[in-house]
Amino acid sequence: MYNITGYYEADTLAEATALLAEKPKLELIAGGTDVLIKMHGKAEDTELFSLRKIKSLEIIRKAEDGTIVIGAMATFARVFKDPIIREMIPILTEAAISMGGPQIRNIATIGGNVCSGATSGDSASSLFALNARLKILNSLGERLVPIQEFYLGPGKVALKPGDILTEIRISPEDYQGFGGHYIKFAMREAMDIATLGVAVTCKLQGNIFDEIRIGLGVAGPTPLRCLEAEEFAKGKDISVETVAEIGKLAVRSTKARTSWRASKEYREHLVEELVQRGLKIALVNAGGAELV
Amino acid sequence: MAYTVVGKSVNKVDAIAKVTGKAKYTDDFHERDMLVGKILHSPHAHAIIKSIDVSLARALPGVEAVLTYKDLPRINYATSLPGYVDDGTETECEAECESDRIKFSTAGHPYSLDPGHRDVEDRHILTKKARFVGDDIAAVVATDELIAEKALQLIKVEYEVLEALTSTDAALKEGAPLIHEEHEGNILASGGFAIGDVEEAFKESDYVFEGEYETSIVQHCHMENQTSYAYIDSDGRIVIVTSTQIPQIVRRVVAQSLGLPWGRVRVIKPFVGGGFGNKQDVCIEPLNAAMTIAVGGRPVKIELSREESMVDTRTRHAFKFKIKTGINQDGKLIGIHISAVSNTGAYASHGHSIAGSAGGKFRYLYPTKALKYDPITVYTNLPVAGAMRGYGCPQIFYAFESHLEDIAKRLNMDPIEIRRKNLVEVGYVDPVSKNKITSCGIRECIDKGKALIKWDEKKASYKEQRGNKLRGLGMACFSYASGTYPVALELAGARIVLNQDGSVQLQIGATDTGQGSDTVFGQMVAEVLGLPMEMVHVISTQDTDISPFDTGCYASRQTYVSGMAVEKAALEVKGKILEFAARMTDIPVDKLELVEQRIIYKHSGESVLTLEQVAMQSYYDRVHAKPITSDSSNNARINAIPFGVTFTEVEVDIKTGKIEVLEIYNVHDSGTIVNPLMAEGQVHGGVSMGIGYALSEQLTFDAVTGKAQNNNLLDYKLPTIMDTPDIGVAFVETYEPTGPFGVKSLGEPPTITPAPAIRNAVLDATGVAFNRLPMNPQRVFEGFKKVGLI
Amino acid sequence: MFKRIAFSVNGKAFNIEVDIRESLLELLRNHLGYTGAKKGCGVGECGACSVLIDGVPTDSCIYLAVWADGKEITTIEGVASKSGELSAVQKAYVEEGAVQCGFCTPGLVLTTTALAESGKEFTREELKRELSGHLCRCTGYQSILKAAEKSLEGHICTCVDSPHYKGK
Repeated sequence: MYNITGYYEADTLAEATALLAEKPKLELIAGGTDVLIKMHGKAEDTELFSLRKIKSLEIIRKAEDGTIVIGAMATFARVFKDPIIREMIPILTEAAISMGGPQIRNIATIGGNVCSGATSGDSASSLFALNARLKILNSLGERLVPIQEFYLGPGKVALKPGDILTEIRISPEDYQGFGGHYIKFAMREAMDIATLGVAVTCKLQGNIFDEIRIGLGVAGPTPLRCLEAEEFAKGKDISVETVAEIGKLAVRSTKARTSWRASKEYREHLVEELVQRGLKIALVNAGGAELV
Repeated sequence: MAYTVVGKSVNKVDAIAKVTGKAKYTDDFHERDMLVGKILHSPHAHAIIKSIDVSLARALPGVEAVLTYKDLPRINYATSLPGYVDDGTETECEAECESDRIKFSTAGHPYSLDPGHRDVEDRHILTKKARFVGDDIAAVVATDELIAEKALQLIKVEYEVLEALTSTDAALKEGAPLIHEEHEGNILASGGFAIGDVEEAFKESDYVFEGEYETSIVQHCHMENQTSYAYIDSDGRIVIVTSTQIPQIVRRVVAQSLGLPWGRVRVIKPFVGGGFGNKQDVCIEPLNAAMTIAVGGRPVKIELSREESMVDTRTRHAFKFKIKTGINQDGKLIGIHISAVSNTGAYASHGHSIAGSAGGKFRYLYPTKALKYDPITVYTNLPVAGAMRGYGCPQIFYAFESHLEDIAKRLNMDPIEIRRKNLVEVGYVDPVSKNKITSCGIRECIDKGKALIKWDEKKASYKEQRGNKLRGLGMACFSYASGTYPVALELAGARIVLNQDGSVQLQIGATDTGQGSDTVFGQMVAEVLGLPMEMVHVISTQDTDISPFDTGCYASRQTYVSGMAVEKAALEVKGKILEFAARMTDIPVDKLELVEQRIIYKHSGESVLTLEQVAMQSYYDRVHAKPITSDSSNNARINAIPFGVTFTEVEVDIKTGKIEVLEIYNVHDSGTIVNPLMAEGQVHGGVSMGIGYALSEQLTFDAVTGKAQNNNLLDYKLPTIMDTPDIGVAFVETYEPTGPFGVKSLGEPPTITPAPAIRNAVLDATGVAFNRLPMNPQRVFEGFKKVGLI
Repeated sequence: MFKRIAFSVNGKAFNIEVDIRESLLELLRNHLGYTGAKKGCGVGECGACSVLIDGVPTDSCIYLAVWADGKEITTIEGVASKSGELSAVQKAYVEEGAVQCGFCTPGLVLTTTALAESGKEFTREELKRELSGHLCRCTGYQSILKAAEKSLEGHICTCVDSPHYKGK
């Protein structure tokens, strides 16, 4: 039994924002796989506000301008199966299937995953590499927040009382022409949280890197991008040496720490190694030749 | 030997109940107005309770009782139930009152009439001194779980925090605080055995090698947590329904812990969702009994959460080994000296028995002129270690089979050959236990395993490997035992009733916790009585009021030891059937045989009577009616030694430190295999547990606070289906003359050798020896870094 | 606090007031008597509590009872036919020796049933992935996988062009 002292639902976003304006302390619940687990075994009173009935939030679509719009309440199973995502931004498909196990993916939502603010969130590194923007709604209006500005610290995100994350948006300039790859490095092949999440995308011009993006999860208190490595790559020849250097530079953007799960040294070693592995596959997916 | 039902993969007798959801486990029973019991666990690893104030908790509406050590009976106190609960008169003498309280042991061993052979009684139901993070300090009984949780938060405890000894090194340090006053140096017990003179043996040896090996604390992770409910029946007796491997021992320990006559406790075991040794310990039932007493006998349930189950029940002992071995040029072992430090955690539980078992079962594999074993078992401020599948053997065989591999490498000997040179043979009598090897198929097991994995072919092809992914092969051997003889009592019971239609009910005291013993016993009865399986009805529930006496499910004893009782009971029923038929027909009983539900003439096979005719007469003959039953007990003063081997192939990702098991085969000599499909299932599960032990599983603790860091199924890396390779199984079916139908044990052995085999394969692949478990990516990374591989 | 919801379990309709604090698992087990769903962890890490909600495998321990409003729920008690005949999936689990302690069995049988009823093809790896939300400590998953493969006979794909989870 959960210590739920109140339970509210809304059928539409308008109802939801109105109720939240009135009762800003309500705890928003989507799939429940984070919120309920946090409540497990705790005696604190919690009033829940469920977004599950707002069906409009589950939709995944491609807008006319090519922007991919993912409803915050889309489950990981839905994200995984979605043909638009699979075709346009497969690194999110790969991230989605790496999350938890099937039963969890069937209810956990991508919006909930982002709002939990975990650096290990399985969607996070891919969304960072994709420069995702988050649409946030409250009773006063809506705003778009770049994902890099949304994660504030472990478990902390830029949501104010009354706010609801409604959409995750990915612009065409952030995926068109890119090839990518996502690696979840964990102790188990299923039902695990990442020791390191690596999402790499790249755009090539002939034999040179036009642009690369590296999103990392669990390499710091929040997901992060490896800007120094990304900057370095611009215009460089595609070679084993360049990729090795990118791997090395990627480490410089990380803020890994030692915990009982893994040491800082090991995490940094993994960043260097897995960024290279990810990039080697990403560049093939971007139309490049395999590096040997 | 040719059998009809024994040796066949008949369906598990409870499989249909389990695939349809009809099988009832402890939590599936509901009593009206069942109350909920919750436990306040210590947040400190080592602390004395200065004061406990439960007044706010007691005052919370919905709270029916709050218990602390003050509310538990003093020695020989409660022989009658009324007046048992806190009388509120003890505030003046708390210290004395605590020392006065009944101390007991939770270990699931048979009772011993010899006081010197009993388990160490070092704990109270609720303690005044916390000895690990999670120790039971107080308990609440309330109308629902949320109220109980709230009440726990309202209990105010003032602790005097002591230094937490979170490793055996810390506990053994000069001047370390004592965890138990009675145990100086924090040593629970020490002492092993010595065969021959090991120092002399080293002098005689061509080479002497030394090595150090270390295993980790792991947890059983049975899918059903510990759970029980208790009430007092109209007869004034405490009835406990519980998920246990050892109902008879639970009955005794509950009675002992509360100072009750043993007959005042009744224990019922429904279906059990796995135990693996953790339910061979009496963890929650004494407190559950105290709870129902505190609320006037109303039903109270204790259902541990997964987080509790992983630290507040039992774990596997971590061991540190130092091994010194003398060996000759030809590979013959001359002398072995094994020193071991076993970490038992905060309380004794099975205590030194684990270390004892490790040495005892190791002794059979490679008999040497001189073998010295010096284990000590040490208290620390960590969760309590107890029985877990393999009972010390996964630890000692990991150490020794790693050590022997290292020696083979140093001597440039083939690892299989070095083992072959030293393996035991039939006829060997162990000088300590006096157990005799009466069957031994270890050599054939090795041949089979070697062929299955294509050892020679792969060894040759991996010689010139390069790159970041390297493959290697490894193997390791084991010996075990079937039951505990001569260390402990091996008593088992079985009861059979012949029904009117010729079918039978079989009742056993042995407990099936999922491994399939009920089916195996059913097959034995079907074999003896010539019945089809569907005419043997096995009663799966054990009830100490009803079931025959058996000490329970542990030590891989049931097929062998309890099987003896079952065979005996079936033979008795068969004899009675033939005697009855002889009386009915006037044909001499020695001329009759029971075959396919018919009584026949032995010489011609001619039918004389049907079994049903005999059965009906046995119930309804106006003169001679006497239903045919048997009620047998068997005290097995004998043991049989099973053997086996693991062969494995791994691939190591040098850059990430990940080890992948590509192939793994376990080949067992467990005598006759009663049910091949179920036997394979035992091996699959054991190997999977062994792979987890090797590569990923470890319960970790903060070194300063002693708090567990990963006591849940997300952070504790139990293998999922994605992490488990195909597991190959083969048997070498020897015939064990001492066992019923030629059987030896199988339940625990599969867990023993995957870890050393994998470790040896990693050594083969990379040249790096990992002498500490688990070989998780972090450790492997550190190992490779150290030798400059990365 | 209670909330009225309407739902069905194994085809039987319910219209009842449920405690908002309870999980679907608690509703099924403690109030409706469907004890086939088991509690192994309470936080979605083991899969023992899995039931099918509108045909989709779901951990009922982290699914609030109030969310069952309007849903069709299938528990293990609803898998065999009304006359008691085991389903093909159940038969496969029995015959392949996929059942030991049985605590993970109801969830696994239900997930396998959902896969069998989907009519989709799976590679062996995909099948393992679909079963990976169920922890089992007894079987090493070997016979479970065999039983699932047997249940999906004709739908196990050895070709490479099925949507492969591990990317290209």
